[in-house]
Amino acid sequence: MSQPFRTEKGGRIDRGEELTFTFDGEEFHGHKGDTLASALLANGVHLVGRSFKYHRPRGILSSGSEEPNALVGIYRNGDQTPNLRATQIELYDGLEAISQNRFPSLGFDVGAVNDLLSPLFPAGFYYKTFMWPKSFWDRVYEPIIRSAAGLGKPPRTPDQDTYANQFAHCDVLVAGSGPSGLAAALAAAETGARVILCDEQAECGGSLLSESNASIDGKDPANWVHETVARLSSMENVTLLPRTTAFGYFAHNFVALAERVTDHLAEPDSKLPRERLWQVRAKEVVIAAGAIERPMVFPENDRPGIMLADAGRTYLNRYGVKVGHKVLVATACDTAWQAAFDLADHGVEVVAIVDVRETPPDNLIAIAEARGIRVEAGCVVTGTLGRKRIKSALLGRLMTSGQVASGGQIDCDALLMSGGWTPTVSLYSQSRGKVVWAPEKGAFLPGISVQKERSTGASKAVYGLQACLEDGYAAGEAAATAASGKTATITYSSAYGGEAGSGGILGALPHDRNASRVKAFVDYQNDVTAKDVKLAVREGMHSIEHIKRYTTTGMATDQGRLSNMNALEIASGTLDKPVTDVGLTTFRQPYTPTTFGLFAGISRGDFFDAVRKTASHEWVVQHGGVFEDVSQWKRAWYFPKPGEDMHAAVERECRTVRESVGLFDASTLGKIEVVGPDAAEFLERMYTNPWKKLAPGRCRYGLLLNDAGFIVDDGVIGRLAEDRFHVTTTTGGAPNVLATMEDYLQTEWSDLNVWLTSTTEQYSVAAVQGPKAREFIAPFIEGIDLSADAFPHMSVKEGTFCGVPCRLFRISFTGELGFEINVSRRYGEMMWETLATEIEKRGGTPYGTETMHVLRAEKGYIIVGQDTDGTVTPYDAGMGWAIGKKKFDFVGKRGLARTDLVADGRKQFVGLLTKDPKIRLEEGAQITTSENPATGTAAEGHVTSSYYSAALERTIALAIVKNGHAREGQTLYVPMPEGSIPVEVTGTVFYDKEGAQLNV
Amino acid sequence: MSDLLAGDTITPDAAKSPLLSLPTASISTAVPLTRLSFRGRNDAIEAAGDAFGVALPTAPLSCATAGSRAALWMGPDEWTLLAPEDELKTVFDTIEAKLADPAHALVDISDRSQAIIVSGEKATWLLNSGIFIDLSAEAFPVGTVTRTIFHKAPVMIWRTGIDTFVVDAWVTFMPYVSGLLVQAAEELEAA
Amino acid sequence: MLLIYCPYCQVERAEVEFRCGGEAHIARPSDPEKTTDEDWVEFLYMRANTKGVIAERWRHIHGCGRFFNALRDTVSDNFLTFYKTGEPMPTLETLPQEAGK
Repeated sequence: MSQPFRTEKGGRIDRGEELTFTFDGEEFHGHKGDTLASALLANGVHLVGRSFKYHRPRGILSSGSEEPNALVGIYRNGDQTPNLRATQIELYDGLEAISQNRFPSLGFDVGAVNDLLSPLFPAGFYYKTFMWPKSFWDRVYEPIIRSAAGLGKPPRTPDQDTYANQFAHCDVLVAGSGPSGLAAALAAAETGARVILCDEQAECGGSLLSESNASIDGKDPANWVHETVARLSSMENVTLLPRTTAFGYFAHNFVALAERVTDHLAEPDSKLPRERLWQVRAKEVVIAAGAIERPMVFPENDRPGIMLADAGRTYLNRYGVKVGHKVLVATACDTAWQAAFDLADHGVEVVAIVDVRETPPDNLIAIAEARGIRVEAGCVVTGTLGRKRIKSALLGRLMTSGQVASGGQIDCDALLMSGGWTPTVSLYSQSRGKVVWAPEKGAFLPGISVQKERSTGASKAVYGLQACLEDGYAAGEAAATAASGKTATITYSSAYGGEAGSGGILGALPHDRNASRVKAFVDYQNDVTAKDVKLAVREGMHSIEHIKRYTTTGMATDQGRLSNMNALEIASGTLDKPVTDVGLTTFRQPYTPTTFGLFAGISRGDFFDAVRKTASHEWVVQHGGVFEDVSQWKRAWYFPKPGEDMHAAVERECRTVRESVGLFDASTLGKIEVVGPDAAEFLERMYTNPWKKLAPGRCRYGLLLNDAGFIVDDGVIGRLAEDRFHVTTTTGGAPNVLATMEDYLQTEWSDLNVWLTSTTEQYSVAAVQGPKAREFIAPFIEGIDLSADAFPHMSVKEGTFCGVPCRLFRISFTGELGFEINVSRRYGEMMWETLATEIEKRGGTPYGTETMHVLRAEKGYIIVGQDTDGTVTPYDAGMGWAIGKKKFDFVGKRGLARTDLVADGRKQFVGLLTKDPKIRLEEGAQITTSENPATGTAAEGHVTSSYYSAALERTIALAIVKNGHAREGQTLYVPMPEGSIPVEVTGTVFYDKEGAQLNV
Repeated sequence: MSDLLAGDTITPDAAKSPLLSLPTASISTAVPLTRLSFRGRNDAIEAAGDAFGVALPTAPLSCATAGSRAALWMGPDEWTLLAPEDELKTVFDTIEAKLADPAHALVDISDRSQAIIVSGEKATWLLNSGIFIDLSAEAFPVGTVTRTIFHKAPVMIWRTGIDTFVVDAWVTFMPYVSGLLVQAAEELEAA
Repeated sequence: MLLIYCPYCQVERAEVEFRCGGEAHIARPSDPEKTTDEDWVEFLYMRANTKGVIAERWRHIHGCGRFFNALRDTVSDNFLTFYKTGEPMPTLETLPQEAGK
């Protein structure tokens, strides 16, 4: 099929394999090995997008990841991924691409009116224009700006792809596989060091893949690449990662790589991840990121058909694509001349080489003359014409006065430009290194290494093939030796040709046009012009950090890799200060845009986090139980019978427990086994309560404070033997309690002979609560006399449950006679099923966390973290009884004595009863003294727990209220949107105040 | 399996089908075990080793095995003792009987965790999908045992062969750990 | 992600295995009863918050579980040395030049 701009031969594309793709619905053809950009160019398509702010027609500027203009959306799996760079998209059969930021079509875009209105959009226009009225911002300005400005549209459906993760270690990580990177990887690998070589492109080789004028060891550079890659592939100590971007350099030589696994495939296997995040810890890093060419800043330098010279050369030599039939080359340096020569050699008419320099090298002029190419030295482009593609260029002659005289007009259908080269110092900068200005190179270069890295080749402005190879070998060898101590004798390949050349320019070119009317773009993606940068300086932005934020230059996806140096020079010229005084902004991670999917990785859906299930889980699922999430745990919330809603189910469960017996899965409570001769002494110091006199076989409620004196956890602790305690903690607090205990034990009381072991998951725990609890469990328990005298409230004994060993506690969190049976986890299902099956027969019920909460609230038992918030002391909570006042010390004892903690006016734990027994207060609601407090009145406290109590046949609530203990009987108010609710302050125990139910 | 360190201690549970069975990687559930946490100072190490029948290793991250028992170094005063499932009471009682004097702590943690066996030439690749440790044979030789993190879950890994690892996780974390390993292995089946 | 050396396991591991425990060498007063409110507040809350080299506590929580101390430069994030709990804090002068590198 016709690809009018395809060369007859050459390039690395597979001409035997033709691929069909669409762009904005129109069908085109390309070849395997093309990028979307090269395939579009082969079809003569330059117009690929509209610019961010002015909606100006834009074409393909570069051939790499720095591409600012050619951002497209790719359709796949019924949805599109926006903002992909056409220069990086590998062509596959059936690829569907769309252009962005245009309406109704790319060719005719109504947003282009912004370009005509551009005097209204100067630098900083957001700050200036949309200031007033304030209320317009959310509803008027922002929606308009958002719809007019911008890039692609986000995908609408959940991401269907999967993303993998891989942790890796190596001696030497080489980022970039151009001549220096390949040489570095080879040199490092030959020592036997473990090497990872990554490159963002599909093929290794970098500039060598488009080199036409050089040889290495007498071979074509591409052949040398092939042989080198083959050698590296064959080595077990080397991992080669093409299509992999080193996008983040973090602390301690931790480097993140993004590998694109399937984006280039027409029909990827669904078992493959789309991308893989490599998290690499490298002993040494070699940054071989190369350099990128700088655009020239002249009026209308953004017209489709205008491209970086090296990109034009790459499309020709690597992809077999001519960027035009009549090409003008504008340059300030030698390298662009080679692009002109290559094009001429492929039969493209090079209409002229326009060089800013008064005297370009004679040898280049001679070669141009030999090819019949017109050369204009001391000449610049001062403008371009053509609507959706360049048609001609205006030339200007530089006068000795500094003025520019018109140099006529020249027809062309493509313009290749080169302002020189900018070393890519992004990774070095990310490693926290400070770049250093090298005036002789006109570039910022990597300075002192802060981490274990070294830059090599063009990324530190070493240019020329031979120099880059040598520098790469040396860097690889040095890195390998530093990392592994290994050395090897390495044969350096030597290159001929591919000379460095000279020249280069920074900043805006002079011209003879009306400066207030023309746009010379500095940052293409963000539509920032030379004029904007100058305006920003005039308006007082003197640091590059301010200029960047005011104009948005350098804030596009390339982070200013294309624009920074030109912007800096313009600012420095306007300020009349050296560039070093204006400064350079810091490059940050990620180097190129990186998908959210890559960062999210496996953390989505079922694997977002571990879901912890107890042994009763399956039974609860099968019996229609409803779960709630408590930290990572799934806990049974309530067990509705057919026709019951939550309220009805909880009311029934509560009543059944109070009247008969209930079964509750308490396995999630934290459990710590505290063992050793000093176990009691340790607990004595940790908890507020006394422990030394607790007899084996007995339990005690334990209250844990922090050293500030505030409640942090609680739980029942049973003494199994002189030197062994079974400590329970709250479900959510388990890890922190253990960590806190370890902290004190290891760093304050390391002399104590006691050790802590988490047994949370060792035991499954069934709580059996209710007046019939004893008779219910009796048939299953052996070896323990359950009678009230032999096994009173707050006891623990070891025996068997259905023949398997158990730890039986007689404890209660409901206020009823209660037992908690602990069996090894492997017997958890058996225990639960046995008890759950039996309990229905006995008129009892399984119950969930909601009923547990109601029952404990009826008894005024606190839930740490719900009724307390980290500022509640035991005295505030009315739990002074839990404090061993005679103890010499415990964690929190001194804190409790602080002036602030014994002062008047502290918020204290109380009960609340609404005057209307049907109204249930909202947890978190504020409490006030007056019915209708004035705006700004401070609350007296807030509601912490609130339920309907089946036992009391009314609602109940718990709260913390300023001086609450002294306010019992007072009426306070809970103001709500529907009106203020009067409440009476009460004690916290609503049910069985004497505790008669416990001691039966 | 006898060439493996844990060959006599940790074996696949024949009652359970493998979680993964590919030419390059397989994952199977290990048989239930006796696991004991032994804690003590230097004065208890020798006696505990004598009682257990396996000297407690003192080199960091190392293990010692004898017959069907193994002692794994977990920390400077912490060892995990492994034995066949039915030896729990024997081992517990023997150690407690012999260690009347030096202070120590012995706690049954048999059911706290479950073990899976990850093996095959892709075993290290698979584990490195979620574990940030250099698992090369040089950095993590056979016999190395350590606690670490697999994605967001705490695990213990023990290299019992060049291509075989025991991965031990708390029971409620094991579905997360094994599930993610199986998911990561999916691409090994891709054409 | 930081790379941290555990002096008990004698290996370097990624930060995810550790928890930072804040400034090191802040001893809990041995007789709290005799400590003034001001001194107790100092112990509870006041930290040097140094820009530069600090001694801080780390716990190898997902490894051997031990607490240990480290000297870290809060500006560069580089560790100068690691030492066990109970060992005295090394002074910058006594540190070998290569320590922590």
